[in-house]
Amino acid sequence: MILHFDNARLIDPEAGSDMPGRLTVRDGRIIARDADSPEGAEIIDCAGRCLAPGIVDWGVKVGEPGERHKESYASAGRAAAAGGVTSMVIRPDTMPPVDSPESLDFVVKRAADAPVRVRHMSALTKAREGREMVEMAFLQDAGAVAFTDGVRVVSDTRVLTRCMTYARGLDALIVGHPQEPVLSRGAAATKGKFASLYGIPDVSPLAELMGLQRDLALVEMTRARYHADQITTAAALPPLRRARAAGMDVTAGISIHHLTLNEFDVGDYRTFFRFTPPLRAEDDRLAMVQAVADGEIDVIASFHTPQDEESKRLPFAEAAPGAVGLQTLLPAALRLYHQGGLTLPQLFRAMSFNPAQRLGLDEGRVAVGAPADLVLFDPDTPFIMDRFKLESKSKNTPFDEARMQGKVIGTWVGGARVFG
Amino acid sequence: MTFRARHLLGIEPLSPTDITSILDLAESYVDLNRRTIKHADALQGMTQINMFFENSTRTQSSFELAGKRLGADVMNMAMAQSSVKKGETLIDTALTLNAMHPDLLVVRHPQSGAVNLLAEKVNCAVLNAGDGRHEHPTQALLDALTIRRSKGRLHRLTVAICGDIVHSRVARSNLILLGKMENRVRLCGPATLMPAGAGDLGVEVYQDMREALDGADVVMMLRLQKERMDGGFIPSEREYYHRWGLDAEKLSHAKPDAIVMHPGPMNRGVEIDGTIADDINRSVIQDQVEMGVAVRMAAMDMLARNLRAERGARASEGVYV
Repeated sequence: MILHFDNARLIDPEAGSDMPGRLTVRDGRIIARDADSPEGAEIIDCAGRCLAPGIVDWGVKVGEPGERHKESYASAGRAAAAGGVTSMVIRPDTMPPVDSPESLDFVVKRAADAPVRVRHMSALTKAREGREMVEMAFLQDAGAVAFTDGVRVVSDTRVLTRCMTYARGLDALIVGHPQEPVLSRGAAATKGKFASLYGIPDVSPLAELMGLQRDLALVEMTRARYHADQITTAAALPPLRRARAAGMDVTAGISIHHLTLNEFDVGDYRTFFRFTPPLRAEDDRLAMVQAVADGEIDVIASFHTPQDEESKRLPFAEAAPGAVGLQTLLPAALRLYHQGGLTLPQLFRAMSFNPAQRLGLDEGRVAVGAPADLVLFDPDTPFIMDRFKLESKSKNTPFDEARMQGKVIGTWVGGARVFG
Repeated sequence: MTFRARHLLGIEPLSPTDITSILDLAESYVDLNRRTIKHADALQGMTQINMFFENSTRTQSSFELAGKRLGADVMNMAMAQSSVKKGETLIDTALTLNAMHPDLLVVRHPQSGAVNLLAEKVNCAVLNAGDGRHEHPTQALLDALTIRRSKGRLHRLTVAICGDIVHSRVARSNLILLGKMENRVRLCGPATLMPAGAGDLGVEVYQDMREALDGADVVMMLRLQKERMDGGFIPSEREYYHRWGLDAEKLSHAKPDAIVMHPGPMNRGVEIDGTIADDINRSVIQDQVEMGVAVRMAAMDMLARNLRAERGARASEGVYV
């Protein structure tokens, strides 16, 4: 089957271009750019709207196994397709965690329910307890794209050193959560005026710097490949810069919430705004947007974290952190575009191209030969977010009733239409 | 006969000629050991004390047998259970022993460098039977003899040493010896079990067994030293075996006539497949044990000669040793 996308505004993050274009797709791959439509092709008139590589969302939580009532592969997959996410990179922090070839096999089978591509990360240590490394070689052979204990920081540096050394031997990627675990224990807000006024247990933004510096020292020692899942403070940028200048194989990500919201959005103890790490000061948020523009932060992701109503209907510091984001990632990211902070190629570099490259995936590009994982969207269509219309089983979004812009018209995975 | 040292503490100080002369002498003891009457008199009247601060069955019995066949009075001291437990320091133990006038001390100790320290304090010849992660010279010599007899030479061979390198004194002594004899040495194992800076030791370092074994003449497997691990070097034995355990498929990448060695004791199904270890066409593991006795006899013979020469020289100068 041949598809021909005509009259598109083609966003190419690899080339950094945003210009009118055409794409021809056959057997699930892009076979031509700006060619005439071949004989017998199904023509899709994009009517001048944006056609971009589908989002590779790095850090999605699905509730299987253990919390399927919060999110299943089927519901997460529907949300992804509706949000222009064509690859979900799944976190291993399930109950029990994905920490063995056997448990990975289970989630790989369950993931067949999702209409989009699903990649799995494995836990770094058994049961995420920070004591013994997982069977990285077996897990890598079984398809694990990276290893992480998520927000549970491996505090024993000897264990982490061994994990990194072993991973270096396998050329495996380790994803860290840069945070000083003792300082940040129990914290629900970033240290500052807001936390002080509202009396919320807080943590200094420098706890992130401390965690990152430790991890980077171990990376320098072991020469492991490392990705910091979320860098959210300006103070953490200089060491990141130095590490890269020293030739270390280090990248960093950030959640869309930390790019679009700040500490004051919590307002009247609204638990849908509780995140790990906490929302930061406006100065930090602005610095992070600039860091994405400069390429210092490589990856923007939703960190989709479904929580049921009961987990959120609690006093602020007791409520479960995180928000759903598969479906709101693109419209939230478009806020940065409309405000003029980031261009569309910059956004899709961080949402599609970079994460795919870092994880060794073929997608995230609109080059000839790449898989036809595509999202067609109108960046301008305004709407008011209604959380009950989200495809996710859980509805915990901080953007409920928010005015947003950007509507997904269609999503294709390997040339097959999965939305619209 | 050029080996002139007082002690045998490691391979490092030996010259290629030293190594060759020990191996040549060992050959004659291989022949002796195969006879019904196995006695020689090189250590006649001498006292050999085996001090093992770390449990050992194989090495200790090999040294004991070697001493007895050479006519020495052999005493075993199981130091792991003795005065050390009562708080005696290593130097005090040495001085106590010294007063008993031994001629040969065979010492194994869990700390690197402990045997060297002891050697400075006693008036007899000291043989290192393994100190921590440092050296195990008689193991390297017996491996060299096994290789030389099996391959017909001890130079210009490709030797792959695989497994738990970081904890292995066997690996250190072997890579030094094989390097001195101008062989190509490759190390292979998980990164957590590879010593830092291994690449600077004049060897090639590999992660992948198939690449490491490609075209190898000798495959030397090491024991996974669980007792030296404080946890967490490898995720599981099954993954270790899958990646770094020697099986028929991995061995097929070596030369068709490559030999398989293991210093013992083996963990079958962890670092080596049992059928490979038992394959009489490939495995020389039993030969290694046999060569062990002969090499230890040769080493002690030479040290005894040096000791007599030294004492004779001093006596003629009127000094009582």
